[in-house]
Formats: sequence, structure tokens, C-alpha cells
Amino acid sequence: MTDTDRVRHRDTKTAFYLFTQQKLPACKPVLTPAWVITIFLFTGFIFIPLGLVTLRASRSVIEIVERYDTECVPEPFRIDKVSYIQDDSIPKNCSLFLKVHKYMKAPIYIYYQLDNYYQNHRRYVKSRSDQQLLNGQKYQATSSCQPVEFNNARPIVPCGLIAWSLFNDTFTFIRERAELKVNRKNIAWKSDRDHKFGKNVYPSNFQNGTLIGGGKLNPRIPLSDQEDLIVWMRTSALPSFRKLYGRIEEDLDADDVVLVQLMNNYNTYSFGGKKKLVLSTSSWLGGKNDFFGLACVFVGSSSLILAIVFMLLHLKFQR
Amino acid sequence: MDSKTPVENLYSVEPALNSSSRRSNFSIPSKASGGNSIREVNFSDLGSKPVRYGSRGADSDTYSTSQKEINDEDARLVHINDPVKTNERFEFAGNSIQTGKYSILTFLPRNLFEQFHRVAYTYFLVIVVLNQLPQLAVFSREASFMPLTFVLLVTAVKDAYEDFRRHRSDRIENNTLASVLVNDQFQQKKWKNIQTINLDGESNLKTRYAKQETLLKIPEKEKVTGLIKCEKPNRNIYGFQANMEVDGKRLSLGPSNIILRGCELKITAWAVGVAVYAGRETKAMLNSSGAPSKRSRLETHMNFEIIFLSLFLIALCTVVSVCAAVWLRRHRDKLDYLPFYRRKHFSGGEEDNYNYYGWGLEIFFTFLMSVIVFQTMIPISLYISMELVRVGQAYFMIGDTQMYDESSQSRFQCRALNINEDLGQIKYVFSDKTGTLTENKMEFQCASIWGKDYSGGKAMSQDQEDGYFVQVDGKVLRPKMKVKTDPELLQFARSGKEMKECGHIHDFFLALAACNTIVPLILDTPDPTVKLIDYQGESPDEQALVYAAAAYGFMLIERTSGHIVIGIQGERQRFSVLGLHEFDSDRKRMSVILGFPDKSVKVFVKGADTSMFSVIDRSLKINVIHTTETHLYSYSSLGLRTLVVGMKELSTSEFEDWHSAYEAASAALMGRTTLLRKVANNIENNLYLLGASGIEDKLQQGVPEAIESLRTAGIKVWVLTGDKQETAISIGYSSKLLTSKMTPIIINSNSKESCRKSLEDAIIMCKKFTTISGTTNNTGRTSRAGLTPVALIIDGTSLVYILDSELEERLFQLSCNCSVVLCCRVAPLQKAGIVALVKNRTLDMTLAIGDGANDVSMIQMADVGVGISGQEGRQAVMASDFAMGQFRFLVPLLLVHGHWNYQRMGYMILYNFYRNAVFVLVSFWYVLFTCFTLTTAISEWSGVLYSVIYTSVPTIVVAVLDKDLSRRTLLKYPQLYGAGHKQECYNKKLFWITMIDAFWQSAVTFFIPLLAYWGSTIDASSIGDLWTLAVVILVNLHLAMDVIRWNWITHAAIWGSIIATFICVIIIDAIPSLIGYWAIFEIAKTRLFWLCLLAIIVAALIPRFVVKVLYQLYTPCDVQIAREAEKFQTQIESGAVEIEMNPILDPPRS
Repeated sequence: MTDTDRVRHRDTKTAFYLFTQQKLPACKPVLTPAWVITIFLFTGFIFIPLGLVTLRASRSVIEIVERYDTECVPEPFRIDKVSYIQDDSIPKNCSLFLKVHKYMKAPIYIYYQLDNYYQNHRRYVKSRSDQQLLNGQKYQATSSCQPVEFNNARPIVPCGLIAWSLFNDTFTFIRERAELKVNRKNIAWKSDRDHKFGKNVYPSNFQNGTLIGGGKLNPRIPLSDQEDLIVWMRTSALPSFRKLYGRIEEDLDADDVVLVQLMNNYNTYSFGGKKKLVLSTSSWLGGKNDFFGLACVFVGSSSLILAIVFMLLHLKFQR
Repeated sequence: MDSKTPVENLYSVEPALNSSSRRSNFSIPSKASGGNSIREVNFSDLGSKPVRYGSRGADSDTYSTSQKEINDEDARLVHINDPVKTNERFEFAGNSIQTGKYSILTFLPRNLFEQFHRVAYTYFLVIVVLNQLPQLAVFSREASFMPLTFVLLVTAVKDAYEDFRRHRSDRIENNTLASVLVNDQFQQKKWKNIQTINLDGESNLKTRYAKQETLLKIPEKEKVTGLIKCEKPNRNIYGFQANMEVDGKRLSLGPSNIILRGCELKITAWAVGVAVYAGRETKAMLNSSGAPSKRSRLETHMNFEIIFLSLFLIALCTVVSVCAAVWLRRHRDKLDYLPFYRRKHFSGGEEDNYNYYGWGLEIFFTFLMSVIVFQTMIPISLYISMELVRVGQAYFMIGDTQMYDESSQSRFQCRALNINEDLGQIKYVFSDKTGTLTENKMEFQCASIWGKDYSGGKAMSQDQEDGYFVQVDGKVLRPKMKVKTDPELLQFARSGKEMKECGHIHDFFLALAACNTIVPLILDTPDPTVKLIDYQGESPDEQALVYAAAAYGFMLIERTSGHIVIGIQGERQRFSVLGLHEFDSDRKRMSVILGFPDKSVKVFVKGADTSMFSVIDRSLKINVIHTTETHLYSYSSLGLRTLVVGMKELSTSEFEDWHSAYEAASAALMGRTTLLRKVANNIENNLYLLGASGIEDKLQQGVPEAIESLRTAGIKVWVLTGDKQETAISIGYSSKLLTSKMTPIIINSNSKESCRKSLEDAIIMCKKFTTISGTTNNTGRTSRAGLTPVALIIDGTSLVYILDSELEERLFQLSCNCSVVLCCRVAPLQKAGIVALVKNRTLDMTLAIGDGANDVSMIQMADVGVGISGQEGRQAVMASDFAMGQFRFLVPLLLVHGHWNYQRMGYMILYNFYRNAVFVLVSFWYVLFTCFTLTTAISEWSGVLYSVIYTSVPTIVVAVLDKDLSRRTLLKYPQLYGAGHKQECYNKKLFWITMIDAFWQSAVTFFIPLLAYWGSTIDASSIGDLWTLAVVILVNLHLAMDVIRWNWITHAAIWGSIIATFICVIIIDAIPSLIGYWAIFEIAKTRLFWLCLLAIIVAALIPRFVVKVLYQLYTPCDVQIAREAEKFQTQIESGAVEIEMNPILDPPRS
């Protein structure tokens, strides 16, 4: 045993002794008025600027939101929208004019927004088979997909309520007679495309049943390239949600008018859901939402007020 | 013939240890001293052991049973040397013992069975089973089993380890060598002494002897046959009774004829015996079973809050199911085709409802599902955490060097693991005196002989030291311990029998040397010509007396059952012992009948003064009796224990009468003890008073300081002792229990009426003192210090009339107003009665501390029982929850560890409530946004791991290691113990504040992301990950905010947990088959995610921080003040000390 070993041995022994006697060296912070005031001031000075910056970011986002679920039903059918939407013989095309108020810089994100649509309903979120999405018909244990598992005793790919209710309104955008270029690629997560949806899995027996829930899929395109499906199957967290439809890769100038030609196929009328079309730019923080900025300003200013209150208290009741 | 493994049936074969080359003593470590694996041991039959006084108290409780004849159906028959016949009727147990509960095969089923006996585990199981129903499958199968499996695993590992240790000790014990002779090879029996330290902890020798009738049998030569009829195996280690039929004679066998398992054989090299109990039926094994476990006060309160939490859980579930009912009702027409519900199901062309069982059942299922989702609202994991924390706390208590007793080399023992935190809330301490406050090492101080007081004991001079020794075969014998001697008395003692006075002194010391049950042991010294005599015996008083006699030249050299050898002034004299009447608690004296070399026969009697003066012949020398009484009074006022010695000479006819009666009684088969007592009473009368002795029972080290500390801490110390009133009072003064400022009230009454009267007077007197102080009390809170404290001193006789009668209530009223209560001359059951008196009438916690068997009942009665592992055996320790070496360790135990344990446990319970509530409430808020269908955004695996990995370690670490105050501060200001009395760390108010805080924090955690992401493309898994991380960081920082001492382990636990959570979330999100695949990486790319985390944590913690700061800065508690003082090393102003003084005085009882 060398000397250093012995020293180390002794050190561990004393450290262990300190541990068993509960005497480990420790830092014991005590709140003093100075600390308290500093902490509140610090919080205030962090959060107010943060709030202002995020508010600014949120305000810089230009957003056009157009609700179209009622407008796109022709006047005579508005009394019974459900039978209109379920009647295949009636053409569902519809035109909207969107006025751009402010210059919008590309990329401009196209979202469709559904309100009062519970994509987080328990029955709904469970009704899918991730194994089938990846492995196709090879995977048999798809009972979780009920009630959309089989049709005519043949398995449905992709099975489950989520896929069955795929959103199928389509949009084309025309500015001054020229169609705007919309990029519909890369709207889904790359991880989903690569690892969650099979490259060799093709839709089969899909949407062939008595009840048609939504969009159909091209059976010649593998699931990993069906990006609308992939986006749709990332079920939303909240009953009011947006899903990415594509990107307009051209700038829009103020006072431009964009003609949207859409196919109003998707049935939200039966449960009073709203459909909206959203064009939005994005900031470093994301979309337009003032809440976070306001919350930060509120937290920051409360901290400042508390700091002042404690300062006064400290002056008045000095211990 | 040595058998290495235990032989199955040892009955009727004799374990002959018949040559010195073989192992002659079977020292088997009994489980009693075996270590921590046994938690509690219950001595159900020890309550009857009388107050020890003098000697041989232990045996007297057997008399009640020995009167009864053993019925055949209650008896066990052992045919000596005939195994076939013995086992004919019964299958007796083999000698292999098994304390281990499990074998490898039975471990799994049995351990599971035992674990599910606990409510908490059953709750887990029910939840898991519910989750397996297809309609209720909230979690996947694997995830739902996870918490239960984890908990079972942790507990199973713990149990397995404990069992492994038991198996190991079993193996050691079962492989002990023993010589077992099956054939007819035998020997003779001899008397022997055995050491029973492993059994009852009394390391002194006990005399066990063989019956005279069997002594002469030589089994090698003749076949011994016979029948032993003995009791069924029982726990009483001091009692045994049996009959033996040998050669047509019936002999009765008693406790002094049996050697118990675990004993060590001394003096004799070998012994031959008949095994009557073996294996698990031995008394040692029967005594190592468990007792009902106690539940701590804090846990009882906690269970109440858990009931409230259950109600809250039911309320949450009801809200969810009612909302779900309303939603289903309102959408009942749409459900069939609702894209996210779609009740209609088409299978084979038929239409039916899929997974829908009607409105009513759906609501019911929703309710059950919400129970599953919100199950953690009831913090079941808390029970497991508490167990682990208690183990940790026990580890530190055991390892505390300040509670390590150097002299006996004994560590603190934590025998009960459920009540650590009760140590922080003790209000009453009931203490035994002898052996607890005092050392129980007796020292002879003074003697009064023939009316003359000799109390000038000085340290011996060189000349005196050489003075007493005996030469035997050219060897010098000296007593092992030296005693201070009175020179004058020494002079007289040496001068022989010539003077009349010296004759009395001669007889007095002869009585001291002879009238006892001490066994002298001759020890070798480095010098071959000098040997030391060590006196071994059951009573420390007797030891002291024999050493004293030796110091005055009356040296006990040898004792056998038939004679004793005493070296009188250096000359060996042999006396035959014709009879010995052992001490019992009724007579309170013992006597020995000695035959002198000159054929005269004398009886020497020694006993308690009350019992002795009633048998002294008062016609003789009345003035001597009076002066002796005066001396006795002054001795006991000095705190000395007194014994009176008397003698008488027997005439031949008297001796003959006595002898025949004695022989008859000794051989009696029924009621032997009673008969012997009768014989003793007949001979012990008309005695000639020789004198009295005063023995000092020294106070233990640090007792006055400890009592002072406890009193400052607001703990009431009551002393319950079997000693005389004067002795008790003087010990009270020397231990600072009583002070000169106190007004003593003494109650000694002989009837119920006088008891009532004295109690009433005392209450009035007490009221007078309290009203005097009451008037000043109104002026200011601190003026109570001027109150005259009252000390109540009450004796056992009065208590006989008071306890179990309507006077109890008055005694309680009175004693509540007294600052000290001293009960003397109390019997063991009365001790328990006094503890019960307090325990049943208040909510205050009681602690009983004692060392002897007579304290067992009180130790078991009190909320917390502490045993002193001292001289008097292990029974107190076996019955106790905690055991330690010295009384003064009570101060660090209560003031330091108790305070810490209480503070830590209180905080941990509240924190666990909060931690689980936050998580459940976040889930609850989300349910409100999912059509009340109990979808969880937080992945199910995170939900399961939340209380297993994400947040469990820091709670346990903080609850084991955090200290609110340093040991030094706690010992310096015992008032800080008041925190436990005032329930500062856990109370209803704190619970509600915690729950409101949990409500706010969960709302912030949930709604900030909700609103920040409202109407965005966020998916459920991503926001779920955000919530998971937010909650985990939040609860860990919440804990961090409350940590008082940050050492590296705390740092590692808290920050490590947060990092572990990130890692776990990443791992969960890296599994492609799970729904949240890659979500964490997607959301972590966005800046809003990180900003949300920051905002959540700050906004959630601000209210708590503000409240904490306001509380700490503007209404600080004592602990807080002391903590700041500790930090800033400043003096606590007198004001602060006075604030601390307040809680100590009780609010007056209504």
C-alpha cells in the first residue's frame, strides 16, 4: 500500500464517518430579505422583456383565417347540411376569396383548422394499429382498430377510426389567374415517414365499407408517402386544432386577393364542427398566439410588485 | 458419536457431554440476542415478575403454577432412554430450528401471500385487475403491471435479504456440535452453574443442580429408565415444572433443574440430561416471536388525511362521470356516426353497437376508468417510501456514536421500525429508577451494627489493601473488587469475638457472607501465587454485600449445595448449609440455616426493613432497634438502599422441627413453593437484630443533565420505582428531578377514603399555586416562569386504591398540574397502570424507559418503549421498541433524532400528497378537454414511472438526510423540541395549504401550455411530454426549495432525477411502436417548449415562495429562528428564547 493509497483510504473512512454521523459538509441557504428582493427583481427583469419579445414575435405573424364550412354549402342546402354533404351526386366545389392585409413572406403555411373535433377522444386515439402501419397486412393482431378493422372479412389497411376519418377537403390557390405554387411535401414529421409508416405498406380495402368516414388513399402509394394521412394520424392534443396542408412558397403582397378553390368533402356538419382555412407566416416562436407574451409580462410585473412590497415590508418591519 | 447435523428425535436420548475432551458447553447464540432480524418480542407472561429487591426475585412467580398438578392432557411425557415409546403418541419437534420464513421454493407464493395482506398492496392489485377488464383497459397490460411489480419486487428483495440473514444464523446454530448418546452409556450428574446471557441478558451465574436421587446413577453401567412428565412448551423462562419417576420414586423438578437452550455451562465440565423441549419448542425459540406492531401517531394522522384524499378522488371521478353522462346524453343522436366516436359497427353486414353498453353502464365504466387514471391520488407509494425512510433513519440512529455505550460496547438498537417519528413528539417520559437512572452497580457504603453507625468509609490505604486475603495451598486469594472500609469497624472486625460488640460485628459479616446466593469464581492472575475471587450472582445488592464482607475479612471462598467455605480473618472455616429459603416478593427476605463447626445451628435472615422489623423480637434491646431505625431513615434519605440483617440460634428441637418440615416441603409434589414459604415464615421470627446495611446505587453518568434537558424540552419526566419513598426522593434530588424550588405533595394513604381526601387536598393546593401564577399570567405570556412547580410523590399502596377506580381521574388532574411525579413502591403492573392513566386521557405521546423485567409491562403499554440494555437482563430490551446503553442517550434520541425524524417524516408525507396530487390534477384538467374520456396526453409509461423513477429518490434522500437544525443547536436549545409537541411539521392547516398549492401548481402546469398551444398543430404526445417534464421539474424544484441542507447526495438526487426523467422520456419516445415516437425531439426543437417550461416553473412556484418568505421573515417559528442563528452565528436575543419557552407549559385542562 502506497502512501497515497493510505491517505485515500483514510479520507474515504472519514467521509463515511461524516456520512454516518450525518455531518456531511452542506450548504444551508437561508432566505434573507436581500435575497428575496433580488430574486423577485431578477425574475421581473427576465420575464418582462421576455414577454415583450414574445408578444412582438406573435404580433409579427400575419394570419388569415377563413371559416368556410357554412359558406361552402349552397344556400338551398343550408337547412340540412348533413344530407348535402352525404349526397355524392351534388358537386362539392366551392370558391373563397381571401384578402391579404399585409405583406406575407414565404413560406406561408396553409393549415386547415377543425374546432369542436375531439381527436383526443379515447375511442378515437386507441383505434389504430401502429404495427400494421409499419408492417402492413403481415401484422394480424389489429383488434385495437375496432370498429374499423375488417371489411367483408378482409383486413383494412390502414385500419382504425383515425385513418377512416381522414380529412379530405382539398384546396387550390389562385392569384391573378395564376395558380400559386403549393408545396405539399415534407408536411409530416420525418421520423414518422421513416420509421412509423411502412415503405412497403400500401392501402388496401380502405374506405370500402358501408360507412365512408373521409378521404380515400391512392393504393399505389406506400403509406410512408401518404403525408396527409401521416399528418392526420398525429392526433391533436386539443379539440381545436390545426393541421398542416402545405406551404405557399411565394410571397403575398398586401391587398393581394387569393382565390381558393376547394372541395368541401369532409363532414363536420353532423356534430357541429367548424372548418377553417388558415394562411399564416411564422416567427421564431411559432404561430400567432399572444397568450404566452401576456403571461410572461404578467409574471414579470407581479414579481416586480412583490419585490417592491418586500422592500417596503423590510423597511417597515426590520427584525 | 458427535452428530454434526441435528438428530431428529432427541427425546429420551441423553445429550451426554461426558468427557472433557468433547464440547462440554453448548453455547448457542439464542435468537434473543441475535440481532436486528427480529423486530419485536413479546413476553406475555412477564408482567407478573415482582419488584426486584434483594435476591432471587425471579423465581417467585413460578409458585402460582407449581401448585397445580400437571394434568395428563396438558403434560408431555418423556420416557427416559426410550425414544420409541416417547414418540408413540406425539410427533415432537426435532432439534433443528428454523427462524427463516421461506425456502427457495416457498419464497414466491408465501412472500406474495404475505405482501397482499397489506391494504396498500391490495389496492394496487384491485386497480391492476380492473385495468385488465377490456372495457376499462386504460393502460396497456405491461404498463399497468409495472407499479405493482416494482413494489412487490422492492419488498420481496427486502424480505429475502432479511430471511437470508435468518437462514444464515439458523445454519450456524443447527450445525453446532452436540454429543448425543443413543446407547446405554451414562454418567453421573453434578450441580453446575450456567450463564444465561444469551437468553435474558443477565450475565451472572445461576445455580442449577441435579436431583440428589439421580446424582449417583452411572448410566454407562446401568440402564436408566424412567418417565418425565412436564409442562407443554411455554414461554416462561423462569418457570418449569415436571415430575420424574425414577426407580419407582416420584421426584419433582423445578426451574432450577432445567437448563435452557442458549445457556452456557460453567464450573462443571459436563452434564448429562434428558432433552424435554427441542428445536422450536425450546423456551429461547418461543420467546423470539413477534409482537403486534405499533403505528406511529403521524401515520395515524396521515391515514385520516388519506381518507380525505380518497373522498377527493371519488369527487374527481364523479365530476368526470357526470360530465361524461351529460355529454353522452347531449350527443346521443350523433354517437352512431360521430367520426371520433362511431358507435355503429358493421361486422358481416350486421349493424350493432361497438363497445357501447348503454348510457348507464358507460357512466359506470367512466367512473371506474377515472379511478384507474387518478389512482395515484392515494399515495400508496408513500407507504413504501416511509418504510425505506425509516430504515434509513434507523441506520443513522444505530450508527450514532453519541449513542454508543463504551462501557458495554453496545450500540443503539432500533427494534421497531414503525415509530421513528414518534420520538419527536414525546410529552411524557416514564422512567424506572434502578438500572435506568442509576447504574445498578451497588456499592456498600455504611452499616449500622448493634445500634452503632459506621459510615466513615474511606479509600483504603496500602496497609488495608493487604489486610484481607486468605491463603489456600500457599496461594493468596483476594476479592476482585475493592470496597471502601470504615477504619473503626475494620478494627473491630479484626479483633475477633472477644468483645460483645465484636461478636455482633462478627455475626453481622458472617450473615452478609453467608446469607445470599452468590457464587464465588476463582480467577487466575499473572502472578501465580495470587488468585482473584469474582462474586457472581443474580442480585447486585448481594454482590456488594459479599464484597463488603470480604473487605472486612469475611471472605466467601466456596459454595456448593451442601456447604460454604468462608475465610474469616484469613482462616478457612467450613459451614454446612442446612437450608436456604430464597427471596420472594411476599416475604421480602431470605434466610439461610448454617450448621457451625461446633454443631450449633443458626439462622441468618436478611431482608427489607419493613418485612424484617415485623419478625424481629422487640422485647430485646428496644433501644438498639430504635437507633437502627433512625439510621435506616438517614441512610435512605441519603439515597442508599437498605437491608436489615437478623439472626437467631436454633435449639436442637427447633432445628429438628424445622428440618422435617423443610424436607417434607422440598419433596412435595404439589404447592411446593407455598409449603416452603410456610416453613420459612415459621423459622423467620423472633429474630435477633444484628444491624443494617446501606448500599449506594450510583447515578448513571449524565442523568441530572439529561433530566434537565428533557424538562427544558417540555417533556414531563415521571419516575416509577419499586424503591422506598425516602430513597426515591433522595435520588430525585440528586438527579435534579426534584429541586428545592418545588413544593412536594406527598400522598401515602392506606384506604380509599383517605386517598380521596389527600387527592382533593392536593388538587386544592395545586390550584392555589396555579391561581397565584394565573393572576400574573394575564399580564404577559412569559410570566408563567414565576409559577411554583409542584412535585407529586405517591406510593404504591395509595395507587392500589386509586388505579382502576373513579379516583383515577382526580389523580390525572392532579398530576397534570404537577411538573414532576414520583411514584415509589410500585409493582410492575401498577407501572403499566400509571402509563395507561396518562395515555388513555390525553393525546400526548408517552415513552417508557426501563431496564428490568418489572418494566416490561410499562414499556409495552407506552406509545414508545425504550429498553436499557444494562445489568438486569434482556427482557426490557426484548419488549422495547428501542434499546440503548444509558439513560442519557434519551436526550440525543429524542431531541436530535426524534426531532429530525419527525420533521423529515412530516415533510415527506405532505410532499408526497402534493407530488401525487399535482400529477393527478394535471391529468384531470386534460380529461376535461377530451370529452371526459380519460385520455392521457402524458404517455402511460411516464405515468407509471412518475412515482417510481422520476420523483421517488429525492423524497427518500431528503427524508433521510435533510436536517433542519444541527445537533449542536438542538442540544443547546432543548426548547426546539416543542416543534413536535405543537405538531409544527404536520397538521391540518399545512395539509390544506399543501393541497391548495398543489391545485394552483397543477393549474399553472396545465393551462400555460394549453393556452400557449391552443389552436396550433401540437399533437397529444408532444404536449404530453411537455407536461411530464414540467411536472417533474416542478415537483423536484419544489422539494429543492424546501431542502435545508444541501450536501452532495441531495444535489445528486434532485438534479439526477431531473436528468433521469429527460433520459426516460427520450427513451420512451425512441420506441417506434409507441404513439409518441420522436415527439420529444420534435417539440424540443421549438423555442416555445423551453420558454413554457421556464414560465410554468416560475409561475407555479411564486405563490409558495411568497408564503414561505412571509412566514419565515415575519412570523418565524423557533426552528426558523434557530436556523438563522445557526447560519449567522449570532446570539439569540432573550426575546426569542422567551418565545420558545411558551409551548412548554400546558394549557390548563378544562
